[in-house]
Amino acid sequence: MILIWLFMVPFIGGLLCWQIERFGLTLPRWVALGTMFIVLMLSLLLWHTGDYSQTLLGGHGHWVEEFSVPWIPRLGISFSFGLDGLSLLMVVLTGLLGLMAVACSWKEIARNVGFFHLNLMWNLGGVIGVFLATDLFLYFFFWEMMLVPMFFLIALWGHNIPGGTSRVFAATKFFLFTQASGLIMLVSILSLVFVHYRATGTLTFAYGDLLHTPMSAATEYWLMLGFFVAFAVKLPVVPFHSWLPDAHSQAPTAGSVDLAGVLLKTAAYSLLRFAVPLFPHASASFAPVAMWLGVLGIIYGALLAFSQNDVKRMVAYTSISHMGFVLVGIYSGTEQALQGVVIQMLAHGLSAGALFILCGEIQERLHTRDLREMGGLWSRFSYLPPIALFFAVASLGLPGLGNFVGEFLILLGSYKAAPVVTVFAASGLILAAVYSLMLVQRAFLGKAKSDEKLRDLNAREVVTLVTLMALLVGLGLYPQPVLDISRAPMAAVQEIYQTVGHSGTVAADTATIITTAGAP
Amino acid sequence: MSFLYVHGGLTPAQWVTLLPILILSLTIVVVTSAIAIKRHHWWNATISVVGLNLALLPLFVHFWVPELWTLPLPQTVTPLLGIDNYACFYMAMILVTALATATLSHAYMEGYTGNREEVYLLLLLSTLGGLVIVCSRHFASFFIGLELLSVPLYGMAGYLVKERRSLEAGTKYLVLSAVASAFILFGMALIYAQTGTLAFADIGARAGDLAGSSRSVMILGSAMLLVGIGFKLSLAPFHLWTPDVYEGAPAPVTSYLATASKTAVFALLVRYFVEARAYEMPTLVNVLSILAILSIVIGNVLALRQDNLKRLLAYSSIAHFGYLLVALIASGPLAVEAVGVYLLTYVVTTLAAFGVVTLMSSPYRDHDAEDLFDYRGLFWRRPYLTAILTVALLSLAGVPLTAGFIGKFYVMTVGADKHLWVLLAAVVLGSAVGLYYYLRAMIQLYLRQRWVQKYSAPLNWAQGTGGGMLILLMLAMLLLGIFPTPFINLVQAAGLH
Repeated sequence: MILIWLFMVPFIGGLLCWQIERFGLTLPRWVALGTMFIVLMLSLLLWHTGDYSQTLLGGHGHWVEEFSVPWIPRLGISFSFGLDGLSLLMVVLTGLLGLMAVACSWKEIARNVGFFHLNLMWNLGGVIGVFLATDLFLYFFFWEMMLVPMFFLIALWGHNIPGGTSRVFAATKFFLFTQASGLIMLVSILSLVFVHYRATGTLTFAYGDLLHTPMSAATEYWLMLGFFVAFAVKLPVVPFHSWLPDAHSQAPTAGSVDLAGVLLKTAAYSLLRFAVPLFPHASASFAPVAMWLGVLGIIYGALLAFSQNDVKRMVAYTSISHMGFVLVGIYSGTEQALQGVVIQMLAHGLSAGALFILCGEIQERLHTRDLREMGGLWSRFSYLPPIALFFAVASLGLPGLGNFVGEFLILLGSYKAAPVVTVFAASGLILAAVYSLMLVQRAFLGKAKSDEKLRDLNAREVVTLVTLMALLVGLGLYPQPVLDISRAPMAAVQEIYQTVGHSGTVAADTATIITTAGAP
Repeated sequence: MSFLYVHGGLTPAQWVTLLPILILSLTIVVVTSAIAIKRHHWWNATISVVGLNLALLPLFVHFWVPELWTLPLPQTVTPLLGIDNYACFYMAMILVTALATATLSHAYMEGYTGNREEVYLLLLLSTLGGLVIVCSRHFASFFIGLELLSVPLYGMAGYLVKERRSLEAGTKYLVLSAVASAFILFGMALIYAQTGTLAFADIGARAGDLAGSSRSVMILGSAMLLVGIGFKLSLAPFHLWTPDVYEGAPAPVTSYLATASKTAVFALLVRYFVEARAYEMPTLVNVLSILAILSIVIGNVLALRQDNLKRLLAYSSIAHFGYLLVALIASGPLAVEAVGVYLLTYVVTTLAAFGVVTLMSSPYRDHDAEDLFDYRGLFWRRPYLTAILTVALLSLAGVPLTAGFIGKFYVMTVGADKHLWVLLAAVVLGSAVGLYYYLRAMIQLYLRQRWVQKYSAPLNWAQGTGGGMLILLMLAMLLLGIFPTPFINLVQAAGLH
């Protein structure tokens, strides 16, 4: 039952935010804050009470918590949710970043506060639904449903950057990319369901039943590609990424936090939960391609981040780079790398979220996000620059912070599976140092444009950012609690790879082939 | 000549199953007399609405409270009409649509200075035609029904005679509809020439034996039938009349044209394909596939740059009937169910969308509130009306939580079941393109503007029956999207056997 409340609370809270606006403009903010607080507390309660050591990917009885009632029995669709370590961590992240998103828009959003929070809450509710659904129809339902509120967030409360594209354009582009790829996934889901129906005679969308559906290699490959495209757009993987910088640069701060911190994670989560377990053979044979796409994303994202003048666009490109690591990790298939992926997802959620909050705060004060207009900000604030420095070095993977643990584990784990890929991926760490330090240099150091002191961070902003800092340090110094929670599901994914003979041998072979082919 | 044979009168059970048609016919007589006695807008509208409700009553009881009373189905009432669950389901849908249209017309016509009452008479006549069509299993009743459905529509489309565009719409619809009828008649003649019968089932039984040139003529006849039906359903490339007529006709009439008339014809098309075994002619199925792809592509592409909401909805309806054809092509019981679910979601959604246009418009002005510009920033003035239109547009786009998603899901399900990959690719691409223009229209509702508005809906709209009905439609859209099981069960019960 508690699973139902996890996603119902944001929906109810959102409606309440919308209607309570008539009694006062700050009330929706408090309601939204309370809503996300309840979600966070519920998820922490689940963390505290559940035993996450034994869960395996699968059907009934394999989840720590589950809930299921028939929904559309005619088509074998049920309203079913399940929770394991991976989904729990993602829900906790969603609750936490939801709180941050509400807090950071406290001053930024001045008009239609109620409707804004309705959209924010519904979006987060949809995301939680994605993390919990164990019926493919229900999963798709949430996957598509969360887009509409996000569309409104960008289109109505976004920024129109002079010289850039309009916010409506950015929002539409975001929606089209994700929805169109989602429809391809829907075709794949339906085909999978019918392949299963022909093989067994039962029409069902239940995740547990569809695992181990017998099918021919070609069918499996095509269906896997249908899923992969949808996730590749959302992650984003490089040829499909062009919506992300636009969406980020026009979105309001809360929208960016939500987008980078949580929405991108739904794709990584779905790859781990659906694409790999449902299509193990196809995923294994597709792994080299996916890993090289990851490397491409790492390098491409980093290079483009380096050349941006708009701070938010820059952070958006760093997200592409960091998500490249996630992709490499997921398809390398070793347990270390998969554990690294989980840490990386959490750490990136926290650090990118914080960087977007900082971008918003700088913009509120300077009324620009152009790096060429900044410089010397260190002397004009007392709190903001050191905090920004902290998150910049977190992003470059400084040991002791969460991002380091994630990237290190991913590289360590994938080296066993695909050394060449790993070597190229590791160059991302150097590039990250270049763009992160460049950001600090251009924005905060150098000669100040004026000596006038700017309004510094207030208590709300400091508390938000310090919380995120503490969590990143915690994740960096003592990641064990998180690793314990995610160990079982990641081990299950690794086992799937192992049964189809992927990890180590296969990937190493491909790597040798690529090396030999590369040598003249 | 079996259809000339007269039984020794109808049995009581047959009379009972004919109740909806009989009640509606009686209502027409009453409304005619009422108009002759005294012109009174409210009274005449009320009589029509009461009549429609009474006609709906037996169907409602039959489907929703079967433990109380059910119609003795199936019944063959003369060779012309066959009343089964399938027919009853579509009769109910058409009657509900007509009710909605009557309600909307009342809100719309209040401001009209000419004779307002006849619009209800025309509406009832056209509805009667729709009822006959969905019951027909014989070319004669099909044609009678089709003409009864279409001819009053000419009058309705051109009802605002003093307005150039309304008159133009009426004339255009008259000419093209007549051409379509001619095609249908010729097609029927060719089929009759080869099979010697006008009853669907007999045609199906005899068509299989045809060979050589008779088979070619049979296929030609069926193709001509399809052309005519393509006109009525505004499938590409027979869609040219659609945007002009949608734009010119008064908004409530457009909503009726887009829903009831197309539903009736599509229901008949499905029945014909099943009973006359048209699926056994691969040529026809190929032609249908081409029509489907063309409709999806042309409808969506032409809607892209539309700044006129009525024209946009017209093009989008072309695309939607393309999606419906995909379900029809899939064939089989699940496909019939998919068509039923899709039509249901489409009708509810389209009625809501045109309902909002109707409430925003009034015949006082030289044209309806149809430019997207008129709707800019509507949210800040009419939040509830905007909410309804938003849900309707999202539903047309097929976004989850709304009815449209369930419809699209069904179409894709039957497509995937029958491996219609090319058609599915068209559906996916078309939906993606469709999203663009639905979002473009939707975001206009929320954009704040600084200038003074040209149009605004009457202040008391929420109290009016029109507003109440729209809220019901919105609830129906959400209910269909969130908890579709009761509706699916209903459609499933109304399958063709």
